[in-house]
Amino acid sequence: MSQTFEKPPAESYELTASRTRELSKSQIRRAQISGVVMLLLAAFVVVFLIPNAEGDATFGLSTARDAVQLSDLVVPVTASLWVLAMVLGFLGATQFVRGFQRRSTLILGLSFGVFVIAFIIWATADQQFNLTSMLVATVSRCTPIALGALSGILCERSGVVNIGIEGMLLGGAFSGVVIGSLFGGWIGLVAATLTGGILALLLAVLAVNFRVDQIIIGVVINILVLGLTSFLSSQVLIKNPDLNNAPIFPAIKIPVLGDIPIIGPVFFNQTIIVYGMFILVGTVTYLLFRTRWGLRTRSVGENPRAADSLGVSVAKVRYLAVIYGGMVGGFAGAWFTLGTVGRFDEGMTGGRGFIGLAAMIFGAWNPVGALGAAMVFGFSESLSEKLSLLDIPIPTEFLAMIPYLVTIVVVAGLVGRARPPAADGQPYTKE
Amino acid sequence: MELQLKGITKQFPGVLANDDVTLTARSGKVLALIGENGAGKSTLMNVLSGLYHPDAGEIIIDGQVQKFDDPGDAIKAGIGMVHQHFMLVPVFSVWENVVLGIEPTRAGGVLSRKEARREVKEISERFGLAVDPDVLVEDIPVGIQQRVEIIKVLLRGAKILVFDEPTAVLTPQEVEEFFGIVAELKGRGATIIFITHKLKEALAIADDITVLRGGKVVGHADPATATPEDLAAMMVGRDIELVVEKSEAEPGAGVLELADVTMLDDYGRALLKDISFSVRAGEIVGVAGIQGNGQTELVEAITGLLPISRGRITFEGKDITRYSPRDRHTAGIAHVPEDRNHMGMIGSFSVAENLVLDSYYAQPFSRGIRLQGDVIRDSAEALVEQFDVRPPIISNTGGALSGGNAQKMIVAREFSRDVPLVVCAQPTRGIDVGSIEYIHEQIVKKRDEGKAILIVSTELDEIFALSDRILVMYDGRIVAELKASEATPTEVGLYMAGRAA
Repeated sequence: MSQTFEKPPAESYELTASRTRELSKSQIRRAQISGVVMLLLAAFVVVFLIPNAEGDATFGLSTARDAVQLSDLVVPVTASLWVLAMVLGFLGATQFVRGFQRRSTLILGLSFGVFVIAFIIWATADQQFNLTSMLVATVSRCTPIALGALSGILCERSGVVNIGIEGMLLGGAFSGVVIGSLFGGWIGLVAATLTGGILALLLAVLAVNFRVDQIIIGVVINILVLGLTSFLSSQVLIKNPDLNNAPIFPAIKIPVLGDIPIIGPVFFNQTIIVYGMFILVGTVTYLLFRTRWGLRTRSVGENPRAADSLGVSVAKVRYLAVIYGGMVGGFAGAWFTLGTVGRFDEGMTGGRGFIGLAAMIFGAWNPVGALGAAMVFGFSESLSEKLSLLDIPIPTEFLAMIPYLVTIVVVAGLVGRARPPAADGQPYTKE
Repeated sequence: MELQLKGITKQFPGVLANDDVTLTARSGKVLALIGENGAGKSTLMNVLSGLYHPDAGEIIIDGQVQKFDDPGDAIKAGIGMVHQHFMLVPVFSVWENVVLGIEPTRAGGVLSRKEARREVKEISERFGLAVDPDVLVEDIPVGIQQRVEIIKVLLRGAKILVFDEPTAVLTPQEVEEFFGIVAELKGRGATIIFITHKLKEALAIADDITVLRGGKVVGHADPATATPEDLAAMMVGRDIELVVEKSEAEPGAGVLELADVTMLDDYGRALLKDISFSVRAGEIVGVAGIQGNGQTELVEAITGLLPISRGRITFEGKDITRYSPRDRHTAGIAHVPEDRNHMGMIGSFSVAENLVLDSYYAQPFSRGIRLQGDVIRDSAEALVEQFDVRPPIISNTGGALSGGNAQKMIVAREFSRDVPLVVCAQPTRGIDVGSIEYIHEQIVKKRDEGKAILIVSTELDEIFALSDRILVMYDGRIVAELKASEATPTEVGLYMAGRAA
C-alpha cells in the first residue's frame, strides 16, 4: 500500500517537458461525439420544438412579496428558438470539425444550457413561468445534495468511502421530525445532526477498527435506515400523527441583501438549513485547506503510512472526519422534514444521498466544486417540478426523470477523470 | 549520538525476522547494513523507527535505554528514517509534506504558511539541500523527493539518520549527489545508517559494514580491506560468482523488429515515441533506463498487453501488430513479467498449476475440456528439478515460495518452451544473490542456444552483466544504442538522465 514515486509525472518538470501532447484517437472521437450531440440538440429544437411553437413566453422575474417589482420578460417563442438553434448548430459544427480542445467540456455544458433555455421558452409559450421562484427552489433543492456531498467529502478526504449518505439523510429526516414534533424545530435539528453522527460512528468502527469493506458498510447503513424508518413510520407515526408534525423553519429574509431583485429571494430569503449549508461549505473548505486539522486529514486520505510515520494517528483522524461527515449528513436530512414539509414519508430522500455522491465526484472532492455540481442537480429538480405545472404535452413522469438523467450524463460524460484521494476506501493496517 | 542495538528479536508468524541482532552506530560515521532481501534489514529499521515493537532486546542511545511506543517516540529520541518508498504525499507541496505532524500554527490551528516555508528554507540552506518549498512533490524528480525526506527528518531534529535502500530509485548522477549529502551530514556529526544490498555502494560510503543473513548478524567488514566478493559470500553464506561468464555474441537473423512504435495514453501524451529497433537471434539486448521512462509500456507493447497507437511490430517476418497476447505467445514470444506477484503467477495456485498457466489449454496438458493432471505433475516435477526451485514441492502454493524461487519458477515456465524470443522485464528484481546468479546463467544459456533475448532492467549492473547491445530509454524514447563492450556506466547513466540526448 505504500506509495512509490518511481514515475515522474509528465510535463511538470523540465526534464520531461519534451513529452509531446497529441490528440489520441479516443480523444478525437470524444470531441466528435460531443459535436454530434450538440448538432442533435439543434436538430431537436428545429424539428420538434419550432413546428409546435407559437406566441410569446412570459417570464416572471419577481415574486409577489418582493420589495422591488421587476416587470415580466416577454419573449417571442419562434424567433428566439431559431436563434438558439442556430447557436447550437454553430457550436456543434465547430466542435465536430475543429474541436474546442480543452474547452470542449465547457462548450458541451454551455450547449446543454442553451438547449434547456430553448426548452423552457418552448414550454412556456402562451403561458407564465416564474424564473425567480424556479431559482429559489433550485437553491433550496440543492441544499441536501450539497450537504450530502460535503458529508462524502469529509469522509473520503480522510480515506473512508461513505456511500451510506442516503441512510444518514433518511435517519436525520426521521429523527428530526420526531424530536422536532416533541421539542421544537431547533432541538429536532440537533437530533438529526446527532443521528447522522451515530450512523457515522458505526461506519467508523467497522471501517477503521474492523477494516470491513467500506462499500458494504455503506450499503448496510442505507438498508438498515430505510428498513428501520419505514417500520417506525408505519407502526408508530401512523398511529401517533402528533409525532409526525414538526414545525417548519421559516424563511429568514436578510435585511437589505434580501431586497435585491432576483438575487435577494434566491440567496437571502431562505431557511436556516440553506444558510447553514452555505456556511458549512465555506467553513469546511477553510478547515480542509488552511488548518492543521485539514492538512492531517488530507494526508491520511492520501498516504496514511506517511502520516503514521510522522506521528499522526490515522485512526483518530479518520474517526473524527467520518463522524463530522455523518453529522453533516444528518443535518442535511433535516432539510427534508424540518426544512420543507414538516412530516416524514417512507424513503422520502429519494436517492438524494447518491446524487450528493455524484456531486462530490463532479466537484472533484472539493466543497465549492461540489456545491456547484449540487446546483446543477438542484436546478434540474426544480425545473422538472416547475415544468410539470405548465401545460405541455410531456407526461410528468418523464419530467421527474430529469434529475436522474442529468446525474447519469454528468457522471458518465462530463466528469472526466477527477482524481479521488489516493487512499480512498483502503483500510489502514499498521503492519 | 551513539546508537546501540542489543539482542533485538522480532518474530512474525512463521518468520523470525530479527534474531538477537546487536550492532553499534557512532556519531560522524556511516554504518552500512547489508543483507539480501528477507535478511531482516527493513524489520530492524522499522523496530528502530518505532513502527514495530521488538519481542526482545534494547535500543540504547548515548547510554540511555529507549522505549518506542510509536514513531513519534523515535522521532523525539532523535532518530530520522528515510524510507525506501518515500513517505510523501504526492499531491501536497514540499512544505506541506515537511511540516506534517509538527505544523507551525496560529491561533485556532490555522496553518502558518510563512513560518512553514521559512523552516523549510532554513534547513535546506543550512545543509545545502536545494528545494523549492512550494512545488508539488509529484512534480519533482525522485532525487529531489529524497531531499524532501531528508529535510523532513532534519527539521525534526534527527541526529541519527537511517536510509533504507536510498539509491534504489536514483540515477547514477543522483547517487553521486546523494553521497555528497551523506558526506555533508557526516561532517556535521550525524550518525548515519545506510541499508543496502548494493555492495559497491556500501564499500564506497561506509566506515563500518555489518552483514545480516536470515535475521542474524553474520559478520562485520572493514570497507578499506573488504572486496565485493567477500561481502557477497557473507551475505549468501557461500562463494558467489558476481560476473556472468559469457562469450562474444554471434547474432543471426533478426527476430523482433519494432518500427516507429508510438503509444499514447488517454490524455494524448506519448508513453512511447517512435521506437524502432530490432533484436536478433543469439544476442541479448538490454534496455536501460530509470523506472517510468516507458520500459513497462515497451514490454507490454511487444507482448500485446497494451495496444500501440502507431507503428509496426514484426516477429520472424510476420506483422504481429494486431495479434492478441495469446497469439503472440503461441507464435513464440516468452515473457518474464516485471511484477512476478501480480503478473507472473497466481499466489494461491500450486507450483504445478503456475507452471502451466500459459499452456494448460493445449496438448499435452489438456485433452478436450479435461486437464491432464498426471502430465502436468510430471512436467512440473521435471521443471522444479531442472530450474532448482526450492523447496521442490509442486503442491505448495506459488505464494509460499521466496521471491527468488518464485522468480525461478516463472523463468522455468517461460524458458522451458523452445521459442525464438524471450522478453525479460526486471528478471532479478528483489531476489537473492544466489537466484540472480542462477537466472543470469539461464539467460546467457538461452542466448547461446541461438534465441533472441530482450532484457529490461533498471539495474545498470545487470544491464552490463548480460547485454551484448544496450538501448537506453528516456521519456518514452530510445535515446542511445551502444555496444556493451564499448559503453561505460557513466555514459549510460548520462543518457538515462536525459542529459546527453
